[in-house]
Amino acid sequence: MFRALQITFGIAIVIFLLMPIFAILPLAFTSSVFLNYPIPAYSMRWMHELTTADVWRTSIVNSLIIGSGATVLATVLGTLASLGMRKGALPMVSLLRTLFLLPMVVPAVVLGVGMQIFLVRLGLASTYLGVTIAHSVLCIPFVIVSVSAALQGIDPSIERAASSLGAPPVTVFRRVTLPLAIPGVVSGAIFAFATSLDEVVLTLFVAGPNQRTLARQMFSSIRENINPTVAAAALLLIIGTLCLGGLAALLRWRQKRSALMTAPSAI
Amino acid sequence: MKAAILRERSGALLLVSPVLVFMAVFFLWPLWAMVTAAFVDDAVSKVLPRTAASIVSWDGQGIPSEAAHKALVQDLRVATDEQALGEAVRRLNSAASGFRTLLGRTIPAVKAASDPAQVDLLTVDPRWKDTRFWVALKEAMPPYTDRNILAAVDMKRDGSGSIVLEGADASAHRLIMLRTLLVAAMVTIACAVIGLPYAMLAASLTGWKRSVLLLAVVLPLWTSLLVRTAAWFILLQNEGLINGALQAIGLINSPLPLIFNRLGVVIAMTHVLLPFMVLPIYSVILGIPGNLMSAAQSMGAGPVRAFWRVLLPLSLPGILSGSLLVFMVAIGYYITPALLGGANDQMISSVIAFYATGTANWGLAGALGLILLVVTTVLYTIYGRFSTSPQVPGA
Repeated sequence: MFRALQITFGIAIVIFLLMPIFAILPLAFTSSVFLNYPIPAYSMRWMHELTTADVWRTSIVNSLIIGSGATVLATVLGTLASLGMRKGALPMVSLLRTLFLLPMVVPAVVLGVGMQIFLVRLGLASTYLGVTIAHSVLCIPFVIVSVSAALQGIDPSIERAASSLGAPPVTVFRRVTLPLAIPGVVSGAIFAFATSLDEVVLTLFVAGPNQRTLARQMFSSIRENINPTVAAAALLLIIGTLCLGGLAALLRWRQKRSALMTAPSAI
Repeated sequence: MKAAILRERSGALLLVSPVLVFMAVFFLWPLWAMVTAAFVDDAVSKVLPRTAASIVSWDGQGIPSEAAHKALVQDLRVATDEQALGEAVRRLNSAASGFRTLLGRTIPAVKAASDPAQVDLLTVDPRWKDTRFWVALKEAMPPYTDRNILAAVDMKRDGSGSIVLEGADASAHRLIMLRTLLVAAMVTIACAVIGLPYAMLAASLTGWKRSVLLLAVVLPLWTSLLVRTAAWFILLQNEGLINGALQAIGLINSPLPLIFNRLGVVIAMTHVLLPFMVLPIYSVILGIPGNLMSAAQSMGAGPVRAFWRVLLPLSLPGILSGSLLVFMVAIGYYITPALLGGANDQMISSVIAFYATGTANWGLAGALGLILLVVTTVLYTIYGRFSTSPQVPGA
């Protein structure tokens, strides 16, 4: 009796968690103008709309431009910072780490208001550069978390072995540390890109009509006049994030495997 | 040896400094800009510095002396920055309505006059005889103000300068803050009520069953927040799947109102935030030795008693940190209430966004933002004490 109750509860919550994601996907291929079930007939109409209508196409392009810019910026800065904080040579490292992770905590609207005031003063409001910078502030914590974890997984004795064999510090870094850290850097970059792709609130505050991203366009479309293009865009985003997530999982798996191979004592 | 440490330290500093500078400029400075926007009120005194110096000595009775008139004329003649002047006019007009038209007539007349000494404000526009405008001018002069932060909590200064409550009809910030806390509390409770048994169930299972339960928690985390909100929009609408299914099996005749109300907001936010409750509780329960429950039962405690006296107290740290996390993220939520809530479900973030983007009232937006920031920071500090490895979601 108790067991049956447990199973029912578990299934109910799994359905609650997964149903929304699976319910929206088929609607990308509806032929109707309404986002309703049952779907009268399947068609590519809304996928076509998504890729050809000007607002949607530009928003996809904008998302890719801003996402790549923010990813590069955040990955470079975040990786450098993680390397700097690694050895604990700096005083107050935990304070620095907290500061760098704060953008995850501060409510997006609060940061948005500050960013808007600040970028208007700099003359960067409603520019690609301004939006890219705003996004990278949110992306940096993800890069730092991911790269720091990868660096932490490196056995210091490998590096010590390399330098005891006569490799200068630069060579140790280039030939030992960096190759071992690369999976962490790449998965940090993936997290950064996914974060930028999904960012709405900061974009609302700092972007002009020319920098409308896909997420921003979905937001106003749901708000003003929802139609199945939103479902098509959602499908695109889900496929995109699943590919990115799969890539990150693959990297983590390979990282684990290579860590096991290089440091058998760590098992 | 010392040189080596120094070298290592300066190398580390060199690596950290780019991100430190970047975060200081593009994260801390914007936050500071928001805070100062709430307190700095120099739009008028910047444009009219001579008037500011001259009007200080005026007692607020009648109209100020000739010297103040002359200073104002002089200031208006040399004011060339259109944008700054526009800001000043907007600020003055919000303090005394009619100021815009008054200055709209005064400024061209003052600028056109050949000799500033000959300009008489009272003949340019007789409204300058009205004490109201001069009082507004004087009150706009101090460069700092507590007006915004008081307005954020529905208070203001009356004529004599003492702090009083705003009239009940004037604004409703307190109501909205209360509503924000209420919605966040409802979501937190819903997440705890679902999350605790779910995490316990996941921890008690093994093999693929556990994997399915955990995957169901993690998969939504990987999905775009906007996709999830759009999905709930589709499910909850009057013609949506839930109402359709309920009508099809004959439970209801007309669609239940599930969207554009509190219920829809709470359902969707619970869905979005549930993983942040389940994961901390799950990791705490995994750390509890499995034989404790059987030990309790072998000593005669029934399952309920064993749960109540053993499992629940031991999983309390997970419940607490999960609840703090969910509550902290929930009070700052914007997207979900904006898309799924009605006019009466808008939380503090919506109000901030309205002031900042809708009416460009950055002072009030900054003051409300400051309150939200302080509350979030306090919650995060408490959370940091509970949890050793902070894993924080992007909201």
